Amino acid sequence: MKQFLAFVRKEFYHVFRDRKTLLLLFGMPIAQIILFGFALTNEIKNTKIVICDNSNDIATRAIIDKLEVSKNFEIEQVFLNNNEIEETFKKGKVKLVIVFPPNFNHSLNHENKAQVQIIADASDPNTANTLTMYATSIIGDYHKELMAGRKIPLQIETEMRMIYNPELKGATNFVPGVMALVLFLVSVLMTSVSIVREKESGTMEVLLVSPFNAVLVVISKAIPYFFLSIINLIVILVLSVTLLDMTIKGSVILLFLESALLIITALSLGLLISNSTASQQTAMIISLMGMLLPTVLFTGFMFPLENMPLVLQVISNIIPAKWYYIIVKSIMIKGLGFSAIWKETLILMGMTLFLLIVSIKKFKVRLS
Amino acid sequence: MSDVILSNIKKTYNKGEVEAVKNVSFSVEKGELFGLIGPDGAGKTSLFRILTTLLLPDGGKASVNGFDVVKDYKTIRKKVGYMPGKFSLYQDLTVEENLTFFATVFNTSIEENYELIRDIYIQIEPFKNRRAGKLSGGMKQKLALCCALIHRPTVLFLDEPTTGVDAVSRKEFWEMLKRLKKQGITILVSTPYMDEAMLCERIALIQNGEILSINTPEKIIDGFPDQLYAIKAEKMGMVLKDIRQFENVQSCNSFGEYHHLTFKQDNKAEKQLKEWLANRNHQNVEIQAIKPTIEDCFIQLMQ
Amino acid sequence: MKQNIVISTKNLTKRFGSFTAVDEISFDVFEGEIFGFLGANGAGKTTAMRMLCGLSLPTSGNASVAGFDVYRKTEKIKRNIGYMSQKFSLYEDLTILENVKFFGGIYGMTKASIKTKSEELLVQLGLEKEATKLVGSLPLGWKQKLAFSVAIFHDPKIVFLDEPTGGVDPVTRRQFWDLIYDASEKGITVFVTTHYMDEAEYCNRISMMVDGKIAALDSPKQLKKTYEVNTMDDVFYHLARGAERTSD
Repeated sequence: MKQFLAFVRKEFYHVFRDRKTLLLLFGMPIAQIILFGFALTNEIKNTKIVICDNSNDIATRAIIDKLEVSKNFEIEQVFLNNNEIEETFKKGKVKLVIVFPPNFNHSLNHENKAQVQIIADASDPNTANTLTMYATSIIGDYHKELMAGRKIPLQIETEMRMIYNPELKGATNFVPGVMALVLFLVSVLMTSVSIVREKESGTMEVLLVSPFNAVLVVISKAIPYFFLSIINLIVILVLSVTLLDMTIKGSVILLFLESALLIITALSLGLLISNSTASQQTAMIISLMGMLLPTVLFTGFMFPLENMPLVLQVISNIIPAKWYYIIVKSIMIKGLGFSAIWKETLILMGMTLFLLIVSIKKFKVRLS
Repeated sequence: MSDVILSNIKKTYNKGEVEAVKNVSFSVEKGELFGLIGPDGAGKTSLFRILTTLLLPDGGKASVNGFDVVKDYKTIRKKVGYMPGKFSLYQDLTVEENLTFFATVFNTSIEENYELIRDIYIQIEPFKNRRAGKLSGGMKQKLALCCALIHRPTVLFLDEPTTGVDAVSRKEFWEMLKRLKKQGITILVSTPYMDEAMLCERIALIQNGEILSINTPEKIIDGFPDQLYAIKAEKMGMVLKDIRQFENVQSCNSFGEYHHLTFKQDNKAEKQLKEWLANRNHQNVEIQAIKPTIEDCFIQLMQ
Repeated sequence: MKQNIVISTKNLTKRFGSFTAVDEISFDVFEGEIFGFLGANGAGKTTAMRMLCGLSLPTSGNASVAGFDVYRKTEKIKRNIGYMSQKFSLYEDLTILENVKFFGGIYGMTKASIKTKSEELLVQLGLEKEATKLVGSLPLGWKQKLAFSVAIFHDPKIVFLDEPTGGVDPVTRRQFWDLIYDASEKGITVFVTTHYMDEAEYCNRISMMVDGKIAALDSPKQLKKTYEVNTMDDVFYHLARGAERTSD
């Protein structure tokens, strides 16, 4: 036990003396959360919107007046075709385009029904959501006023179109994604690199020729990174609650337990990688290229899994971060308890057990 | 009793393509200072790794302290001390942290065996709070030796401890080894420097995975088959070329300020060579019969 | 006989922060000379050598190598010198011929001269049959000999050798020195560091660095006379023992 503690202490020395890596370890999640936080706190005042009034009649002018009065919008009136609308969005200055079809008032009065199209740039989903909400409520106001003096019900159909991010995924989805990514990558990368470093520097040779149990060498390596990952997790959660106004609906304890499970999965994977590689570079490339891309792709927080070809959907099942992502979303956003996520938890446990057994079996008590 | 025994040890790499060690057998007695002398690539490190249980031999048997290097590797690892060729300590840990760490790993403490390492440790103690990576070559080597000794090993394996270390540090290092030997520790040391052979009790000369000769340095020198001469003249480069033209010369190699040579037939050869060189306008030619060095023996055995 | 000076330093100094690695060294090296550059670990040899090769700028002092100033003409210096060290010499995953052609190419040699010279080189080293073998598969001794031949392939004025024979067997070590002598006879100046004291004897002149300064500079014979000892080993020991510096 004393040996084990000495080993863990040594690992902490390594971690704390490597300032650059330490900075990166803690900087990465903070930077991700803060960057995303800033993207979210857009002022929804005087937002530039474009109105494409193809009708130019009493009704449309009345609506435009109302929009103009509100402090939310700064209106520019132009005539655009569909391609041009796309272009305006690409320039990035305009967040919302409202299109009135020709003969708006005529349709409204004769067919008792008219359509208006609201197109929003949803690359920033929250802003897009808010803006469309404002716009529809203003149009709704007009609609109410109009109805007041009439008997036949009139209808204004607002057709909404979100471009760039039709699913409107926002912070609620992003935070669990960042958690999965950061915890998984840090643990895999750091353990694999730190073990391979001992091989490269020749210290592994000396450790092997010692009474110290080789498997313990590996386990004690994982411990500092376990703690670092937990600290990372706390930082991410605190930032998302304070900066992004997220609420953790479910049990925090459950969240931490499940996170600990993912970290252990990742650490075991890191061990496996380090057992099969001989240089820090290879370990780093495997961890980054082999893990970063699949994790980003197949976890589901950046690209919806449902839209992927079946083969990729099947592949996504072997990514531990995918299951963790489902778990975190269930706990944090939906506020569900263990009964809802026991299946995913079991899958993660199975993966961990498999990885641990393989990596301990593969661990070499000799040099080759 | 022999502390280290090897019989017909074989080691190949690349699926048998490279034969690093070919049928090597020798033994090292208890308390002996034994040197494995040979150039890089001779198989020294492979042998050390087999004996320290880091590599499995492809053939043959070996034991350390009476324990088999394959079967009883766990027992051997508790008993031996090993200093690999490369500096293998934690560069980002201080001198003291390194030593404490290795002491704990070997289930002991610095205090317990301080006596054994005291002579060496007091030399690096002033720098005990310095990171190991910032030490000079000689200091690093002393620290590595302390770490290898901290659990009072029965057998100490030192793989090329003096490579890349300057002459002064090398001398100091060998003096430390002599003192350790007095403490009853069996020491197996490898080196590419032939001049260090004289500092061992017994040596094995090794080249291309084969043992050329095993004996005490004195006996190896006595076994040199011919009379050796040292020759010196004004233009050493020219003299070497001319001597090699002389028919009765068997071998001639440069050795520092002299060339060392042997004749095919010793009878009057010295005088004939002098005349021959005089005819070729060499001046201040000095020839004298000398005792060979280990390096002479090594070159002779290689051919 | 007036000899041409190919390396000349005057009060050459390199400081790293408060640490003076090379402390006002002044010396000349003559054309065709084999100049031994000795010193204990950490004495400043490598730093001095780097400045002379144009790899590191001096803090103060002057030096010229092959007639070019080490501050302003480093590119010219690099064209006129060859360099070989124990650590890096050749690409292990290229064949012998590919290595030779590559190094010829980076020194801007013409295709025709690379072709004729590489054939000569292979004959000289007896490697004609191995020309298409990977360098990684050669024994260490051959690698070192090949690396040296490649370092002087473009006929540099000076070749810098940083511990070229470390760990090499005694026979190959001597063959290596035969190559050095051949190069020296061709007029190439050889600037060499070594830990083998017998090799110090093969040099025309030796400089001994201690604590960043040149403690002695003379022919091996004269050095032994000055310090009243019999071997270069003793000269080295006598001078380096007094060293105070411990950092690499």
